[in-house]
Amino acid sequence: MDDLYRQIIIERYKSPLYRGELDPHDISFEDENPLCGDHIRIDLRVDENGMVSEAAFSGHGCAISQASADLLLESVIGKPLEEVKTLTKQTVLDNLGIDLGPVRLKCALLPLKVLKAGVYGLGEGQDALVED
Amino acid sequence: MENSQPAMLDLLRVRNDFPILEREIAPGKRLIYLDSTATSQKPLSVIQAMDDYYRRTNANIHRGVHTLAEEATASYENARERIAAFIGAKKTREVIYTRNTTESINLVAYSWGHKNLKAGDVVILTEMEHHSNLVPWQMLAAELGLRLEFIPVTPDGLLDLEAYRDLLTLSPRLVAFTQMSNVLGTINPAKEIIALAHQAGALALVDGAQSVPHLPVNVQELDADFLAFSAHKMLGPTGIGILYGKETLLDAMPPFMGGGDMIKKVHLRSFTPNDLPHKFEAGTPAIAEAIGFGAAIDYLTTLGMENVARHEHTIISYALEALSEVDGLSIFGPSADKKGAVASFTLPGIHPHDVAQILDTQGIAVRAGHHCAMPLHEKFNLPATTRASFYVYNTLEEVDRLVAGLNKVMEIFG
Repeated sequence: MDDLYRQIIIERYKSPLYRGELDPHDISFEDENPLCGDHIRIDLRVDENGMVSEAAFSGHGCAISQASADLLLESVIGKPLEEVKTLTKQTVLDNLGIDLGPVRLKCALLPLKVLKAGVYGLGEGQDALVED
Repeated sequence: MENSQPAMLDLLRVRNDFPILEREIAPGKRLIYLDSTATSQKPLSVIQAMDDYYRRTNANIHRGVHTLAEEATASYENARERIAAFIGAKKTREVIYTRNTTESINLVAYSWGHKNLKAGDVVILTEMEHHSNLVPWQMLAAELGLRLEFIPVTPDGLLDLEAYRDLLTLSPRLVAFTQMSNVLGTINPAKEIIALAHQAGALALVDGAQSVPHLPVNVQELDADFLAFSAHKMLGPTGIGILYGKETLLDAMPPFMGGGDMIKKVHLRSFTPNDLPHKFEAGTPAIAEAIGFGAAIDYLTTLGMENVARHEHTIISYALEALSEVDGLSIFGPSADKKGAVASFTLPGIHPHDVAQILDTQGIAVRAGHHCAMPLHEKFNLPATTRASFYVYNTLEEVDRLVAGLNKVMEIFG
């Protein structure tokens, strides 16, 4: 199991480093996983060079989705938006360090879906954004 | 059976009939199946009835004159007779095979609804409905301009019958409600709800997806106009369900789907519909599944539905008490005397998905989510709950294992 609930996942779930909202922000997007009711909003601030300078997430969900969001934001701070657009499912799985079945994969990928929909300026989240 | 505890089924015998219960989910972790509200497990007799059918009898029903077709038709229709008897229907013509509860309700909405409802007509539902008894009416309401009203759910998970009486002054045409909530477990006073609907001039449709598998249900005693239920929640296979309807109502309803078997005569530009029940059974049906359903009915009849209900009452009473001792756990729904064997709960600060996942590593299968009742979860302001549900094969010891599992969840998230 205990693999699925590695220490880092429990830690980031209980004490996330990037939880909150940014006001003002340059990019903000939210979406949910209707299957389980997980809801995530991500706010970004972007500097004049097109780099992510600050990031925060809010909403609610399971340990996998929340830890995934926290680790994802940690990995994008300081990166150019163009690079954020190239993030994939594998980025998320590498962040979490676990393998997931199809049901829980949706939890883990929700933050990436929200992040990419925001960065691309899309009206709604699309599953295609997180498919490899 | 006489030697076991009075309120329990002969569990050793029952459990031996369900091969899946021997499965280990992880080394040394035997399956503890607490998700029967989603779908039940199947006894050997059901699996064998379907296996025998495919090995010995397989043929399309009706119209065939060869031996296999005769036998297949007889078995298919014979299952219908046993199902009709099981719910106390007056006639087998009143028992329509569908795919499941959802299709049964859609059949009524589409066929009876289109024929009988018009803009401004009121249909009463409840706030505790499964999506399958909400969305078909929402679709029809959008199309015809119906007015949908909802019997509210009280904080302790019961229907507010005073509010229902007030809604009845709107002269509704139909009251469609669940006899047992798949989330709260609440057993609604169906007989009273139906009698009040009839007094107000409305018909009553009962969603029996949860009640028919777990309680003695008799359509004549209830005076239900329609009753919908599924085989797979009552030890039978997936892909087959029932719509019961009073003969006069079904007779007056136009067909739902067109195709083979639902017709008497077909010309290039017209057709004459078949008699009941075939009028509503277009196309080759789920024959093996109907036969499997018949075997499930036989199994439950042998156990006795009174005994099934008593067994589950013993388990849920024990479970509610045991779960209430888990630190911080909140259970939704009424007390054990008003509900079936369903316990939906939350643990503070731990998402139901995580609860279910960690229980799974101990071989315990529960469900996490909104259980196809999002409006009810909104009402209680919950994105999701964890649900443990029990059936004929569950034991008190499994409840103890669940509680131990939940304590382990708390430890991990501690």
